[in-house]
Amino acid sequence: MFHLISNLLHKGTFSHGIHPDENKHFTENIPIRRLPFAPELVLPLSQHFGAPSDLIVHPGQEVVRGEPIAKAKGFMSVPLHAPATGRIKRVELMPTAKGPKTPSIILEVYPGDSQEVGYYYERDIDEMSQQEIIQAVQDTGLVGLGGAAFPTHVKLSPPKEHTVHTVLINGCECEPFLTTDHRVMLERTEDLITGTKILMKALGAEKAIIGTEKNKMNAVEAIQKHLPEDGSIEVRAVQTKYPQGAEKMLVKALMGLEIPSGGFPSAVGCGVFNVASTAELGELLPKSQGVIERVVTITGPGIEKRGNYMVPIGTPIRFILDQLGFSGSANCLIMGGPMMGSSVSSLDVPITKGSGGLLVLTESILEGQHDQKSYPCISCAQCLDACPMHLNPSQLGKLANKHRYDEMQSDFHLMDCFECGCCSYVCPSGIPLVQYFRVAKSSLREKAARERANAS
Amino acid sequence: MSTASQSVVLHTSPHLRHVPAVDEIMRNVVYALIPISAFAVYQFGISVLALLVTCVVTCLATEHAICRLSGRSSSVNDWSVTITGILLALTLPPGFPLWMAAVASIAGVGIGKMFFGGLGYNVMNPALVGRAFAQAAFTAPITTWTPVMADNRFTEFIPSTLTIPFLRPVPINDWLASVAPDGFTGATPLALMKFEQISTDSVQLAIGSTAGSAGETSALLILICGLYLVYRKMMDWKIAFAVLFVAALTSGLFYLIDSTQYPGPIFMLCSGGLMLGAVFMATDMVASPVTPLGIWIYGGMIGFLTIIIRLFGGLNEGVMYAILLANACSPLINSVTQPRKYGYVKKGAK
Ligand code: SF4
Ligand code: SF4
Repeated sequence: MFHLISNLLHKGTFSHGIHPDENKHFTENIPIRRLPFAPELVLPLSQHFGAPSDLIVHPGQEVVRGEPIAKAKGFMSVPLHAPATGRIKRVELMPTAKGPKTPSIILEVYPGDSQEVGYYYERDIDEMSQQEIIQAVQDTGLVGLGGAAFPTHVKLSPPKEHTVHTVLINGCECEPFLTTDHRVMLERTEDLITGTKILMKALGAEKAIIGTEKNKMNAVEAIQKHLPEDGSIEVRAVQTKYPQGAEKMLVKALMGLEIPSGGFPSAVGCGVFNVASTAELGELLPKSQGVIERVVTITGPGIEKRGNYMVPIGTPIRFILDQLGFSGSANCLIMGGPMMGSSVSSLDVPITKGSGGLLVLTESILEGQHDQKSYPCISCAQCLDACPMHLNPSQLGKLANKHRYDEMQSDFHLMDCFECGCCSYVCPSGIPLVQYFRVAKSSLREKAARERANAS
Repeated sequence: MSTASQSVVLHTSPHLRHVPAVDEIMRNVVYALIPISAFAVYQFGISVLALLVTCVVTCLATEHAICRLSGRSSSVNDWSVTITGILLALTLPPGFPLWMAAVASIAGVGIGKMFFGGLGYNVMNPALVGRAFAQAAFTAPITTWTPVMADNRFTEFIPSTLTIPFLRPVPINDWLASVAPDGFTGATPLALMKFEQISTDSVQLAIGSTAGSAGETSALLILICGLYLVYRKMMDWKIAFAVLFVAALTSGLFYLIDSTQYPGPIFMLCSGGLMLGAVFMATDMVASPVTPLGIWIYGGMIGFLTIIIRLFGGLNEGVMYAILLANACSPLINSVTQPRKYGYVKKGAK
């Protein structure tokens, strides 16, 4: 009964969450612009969740823009396409935003080339079977462009026992500062609708809902103009709140359903896809092309020429920042948004398929952030009121402090934490809660892996 | 070898936080207590001013000394111990001997807070621990009340204030006779109610023109100061609301049963320390539960117990014990009211 009432009250959103400063005004009204090609692109073979792609070119080989340069290694993997016409220089270990160096293709871009996409043939989606579409999606190399970089075609193949009746297109973009998805919804609306239809067909879903937040009403209007007559696709604005764009929160907000712990959205009949990925799919699949560029919001108080840029995959951020007149150090750079983004380890890190934003802060802001004092937990309950998963971060934090990781999972559901950072954000004691949880989770995962290894 | 990347400082998300820190919250609680303290001084004069100063200074000194003795850096600048001092002073009778107040402060901060490990680790509200200590140790002075608005309150101390340690408190009956208005009985409205069935006008109670502890006389002012904190999102309104609501409900019930014997809810809410306790002490974050349901249970428990103690206990005031008892139950309440997590639809199923 209690939950029934709270469900009614929370219609159009999930419960808990936070309201960080949005800071979207910097870039939300700036149309997407192209950046020039960097002289050299760095293409990690592993830009996605799953097995790294298999190299199919050799150093010295010439490639045309759009040509496949690495193929998918099995189902849980995607191919890679050349973002520019040029010559493969070498393959070597290069830093990535995630930290460790990984094998990457270095592509030398031909400066005078017209950079036409050389790979192109049209396909009629209506003629294709579900299986053919799923294969074609894998061939585009598409992954979740919202940041998770989970291969899209895998999401189109839910477990046999699940039927997906509704496709949810996630245009919430709840991370402060980022406006990539917002601009895509405004400027690539037709591609978005095409992509949505492809996804519906691939999953056999009757319905699709494009969900965005109330702070992007112009996107809702733009999409409404392009919706098909039959009403199979609708657009809805939900409350502006972080982390509204998390898969679980969006399913709750739009459908009133909760994805079971540890399960996929397909368990409740939904498939969730990011708007930018969907628009990309809508553009690429009918032309049989691959992902070679993406929109990146480059913003923050530390940079002047903010905007939403179409950036070739593999562009090193050093090149981007040179173009935009930034000369500070890598300390101030965050790949992604302020809530979940990661600090950049080097200016040589390239833009990959999963990078939707580059946030540039200033040294003084960072100092201010790190000068904050920390106190013991004062049991203020703010973290409990913020946690969208309804966990008890206060208790989890106390256990983490004592390294009682097993208890954190068995009694307090640590593994349900998806590291949104709301708890750390609100904690007046400045306790690095989510940071503790990341450590605890990876320690538990390692332990489980060790146990599996011992058992076999 | 890239040299530039060697010196990079990596941070972990979330990267930008703009939330008030503990010291800022505590400082604002102190701000909210200032009008209440000022009103108490206005009503009772320099004796209360001395009481406030004594309690705050002793509390600060105790925390500082204990921190130093145990080799930690001093935690007095987080303001929490300042709150303890002010609250303790406000719960004492205006003419309470200063040396006793100092002892109560040491007990409150020493036993109630630092013994457990300082801010965040204490089980009960330190101010109330101090007050409970005083109640046990100094039974007579803690129930000696003086009238408000005495003429000479800004020029003279209440005689008992300056009692010398370990001597019997100066009898103040002569002094009382000289300053008190006709009919002053030296009893608080609650005592009058309980022991003599004399009821006091609610309006008087709300604006605080009655006898009582230094800061618990104007229910209205306390409420307004509490609302400031709620507005700043620095206090959990749910706890205060639950306390007051359940207290009103419980006393309302008895009032309906027999309105001649039991006082009405308005009287109950506005009299004694209930308002101060509900707004500023029950809401002590450290000693209250954190779970959404637990907060309501805890608040309700305080409201209910307060009224029961007042009506049926041997004392006329029950807020202090109700809160201390509920504080002690907090960990238990927490553990039985863990929130339902997202993605676990059926309770217990799994
Ligand atoms: S990081 Fe984890 S524990 Fe913290 S609010 Fe998010 S889901 Fe909850
Ligand atoms: S927000 Fe921080 S201080 Fe408050 S209960 Fe949670 S962990 Fe404790």
